[in-house]
Amino acid sequence: MKYKGRFGDYGGFYVPEVLIPALEELEEAFYRFHEDEGFVAELAQLFRDYAGRPSPLYHAKRFSEHVGFKVYLKREDLLHGGAHKVNNTLGQGLLARHMGKTRLIAETGAGQHGLATAMIGALFGMQTKIFMGVTDVERQSVNVHKMRLCGAEVIGVEGGTGTLKDAINDALRYWTAHVGDTFYLFGTAGGPHPYPVIVKHFQSCIGTEARRQCLDQIGRLPDMVVACVGGGSNAIGIFSGFMDDRDVRLVGVEAGGEGLSTGRHAATLVAGQVGILHGAKVYLLQDEHGQVCDTESISAGLDYPGVGPEHCWLKDTGRAEYAAADDEDVLDAFELLTRTEGILPALESSHALAYICSLKGKLGPEQVVVVNLSGRGDKDVSIVESHRPVQQ
Amino acid sequence: MKTYSEVFSGLRSQKRAAMIPFFVIGDPDFDVSLAVVETAIDAGADVLELGIPFSDPIADGPTIQRADIRAMNAGMNVGRALEFIRKVKAYRDIPIGLLMYYNLVSRYGASRFFSDFHQAGVNSVLVADLSIDDADEIVAPAASAGLDTVFMVTPNTAADRIGLIASRTTGFIYTVSVLGVTGSRESLSDAVEGLVGRLKQLTDVPVCVGFGISKPEHAAAVAEAGADGVIIGSKIVSLIENNLNDEEKMLADISTFLTEVKAAIGNAAHPRG
Ligand SMILES: Cc1ncc(COP(=O)(O)O)c(C=O)c1O
Repeated sequence: MKYKGRFGDYGGFYVPEVLIPALEELEEAFYRFHEDEGFVAELAQLFRDYAGRPSPLYHAKRFSEHVGFKVYLKREDLLHGGAHKVNNTLGQGLLARHMGKTRLIAETGAGQHGLATAMIGALFGMQTKIFMGVTDVERQSVNVHKMRLCGAEVIGVEGGTGTLKDAINDALRYWTAHVGDTFYLFGTAGGPHPYPVIVKHFQSCIGTEARRQCLDQIGRLPDMVVACVGGGSNAIGIFSGFMDDRDVRLVGVEAGGEGLSTGRHAATLVAGQVGILHGAKVYLLQDEHGQVCDTESISAGLDYPGVGPEHCWLKDTGRAEYAAADDEDVLDAFELLTRTEGILPALESSHALAYICSLKGKLGPEQVVVVNLSGRGDKDVSIVESHRPVQQ
Repeated sequence: MKTYSEVFSGLRSQKRAAMIPFFVIGDPDFDVSLAVVETAIDAGADVLELGIPFSDPIADGPTIQRADIRAMNAGMNVGRALEFIRKVKAYRDIPIGLLMYYNLVSRYGASRFFSDFHQAGVNSVLVADLSIDDADEIVAPAASAGLDTVFMVTPNTAADRIGLIASRTTGFIYTVSVLGVTGSRESLSDAVEGLVGRLKQLTDVPVCVGFGISKPEHAAAVAEAGADGVIIGSKIVSLIENNLNDEEKMLADISTFLTEVKAAIGNAAHPRG
């Protein structure tokens, strides 16, 4: 490997020997193509014409009135596929094609990354297999159906709690046996090097656009940028645009599940300890013996005991702050945005909104907060309905 | 304490490869697991490869994943694994290679992990998800604890990496014969012979072959290819799994199978001395 893939001491590539050649090949290809003129032009065109970039920055005035400061939404929910995930799958998919790979595999939790991979599999005519925990297959069945319609094979993973961690385990195992012709399209800014670098690169369009839009539309930078954190791809994407703007506070919001005190949550950065999972040294929810914990969250996309390495480093250096939002507060925030703006946010993104709601009374009316609305909530309607039946 | 070099040089002079069964410590529970390991020793195991169960074994197929779950459900953890090793060593002084995932080592503290397991009687530690690139994190603490190092070579490992791996290995090279995770396979990979041959040209460090070896004739073929040891994992673990309600038959099946493997290895025309 050319680079160590470290953020401070975090990250690295802790994988079995058999996967090293595949990671080396991926690293080499990424650095060969990511600034190549042809590659960049092709990706820019796909971003615009296929995905719908740039995504708008929207001043949510009625929502803002409710919380008492200015809230702007970065509308990744309006992209094709309904989430930021398409930025990454277009980028990696194009890379796979340039590498001559004919098959894609991916893991998925909420099904958004699986769907975004299935779309690109169809677009590029590549055979696609999606690994998804059986619990998630059940709670995100609409996305499962969409993936199958795109021609992808969805493989239900039984291990563990049948969630994202187990899907990654099986995708890695499958990759081990098929490293030659198969491209593993990893869905978040985590896992072994070079994935955290690659995923951040392709998601950084969110932050680049948002910064420019702030200057154009508001005439200044925001006071705060907030994003939900599962593995951390939408958060690192938007944070990257503001990293050098030291006065802009960066806040990542994790899944507080049933509450941190219950132990039933997925708040890795807030409550975890350093360990090694899925190829990287990161904060990890684990027991005293080093076994990885089961997690709990209303949102499948955040239901993961690890996190991307750069976020671990941003936490330790203090450049970013991390908080957790409980399921109940998330549902409140989901309802509030829906009622005040007519926008259904994904339950993942609703974590960022729940944090915004907790700031009510703490920020002045002229202060500006940008929230990354990472995805839309259509996939979550039945989950919300089961917790909060609509009264007519 | 018996060392790898004693065992492997002894076997080289007999022109025979080592039989190395693999078990998950504590599968299906502490006591039965100990009886299983003792049975394997009695059936002629030359070295033992023992795994500490982990919640997320990404290098393992379904058979060993299920063994990990059985062992963890029965309460196995790093501390109890130490106690298990001590009991095995009290039964017989046989070299033991430990195989586990890095988070278990890191959580316990690498230096303390290596010295505690060395004191319990372990000869080497192989960390499944730590490649030669990060060997510095374990080589020094392992050496100062008195442990040998074991690293993996796979069919897709480049020649310059093989050289590096050989230079940092003091125990044996764990040669993975297939691209893929652990699990029984119907036929032996045809990459084995070439891979063992290549390694033998590059290094004098003992070369043991594992992953997918599930029949006495596979073991014989690996020995004939010139390997110093034959590691058999999933197949034996499946003999535990298939007999969870009948301990007597479990032990008998394992004994019969390993006796056949031992005979097949003994009859193989081992090309080296
Ligand atoms: C809409 C949405 N937001 C956020 C996430 C969490 O992923 P990440 O932290 O990588 O952005 C997901 C994951 O499935 C998602 O679907």
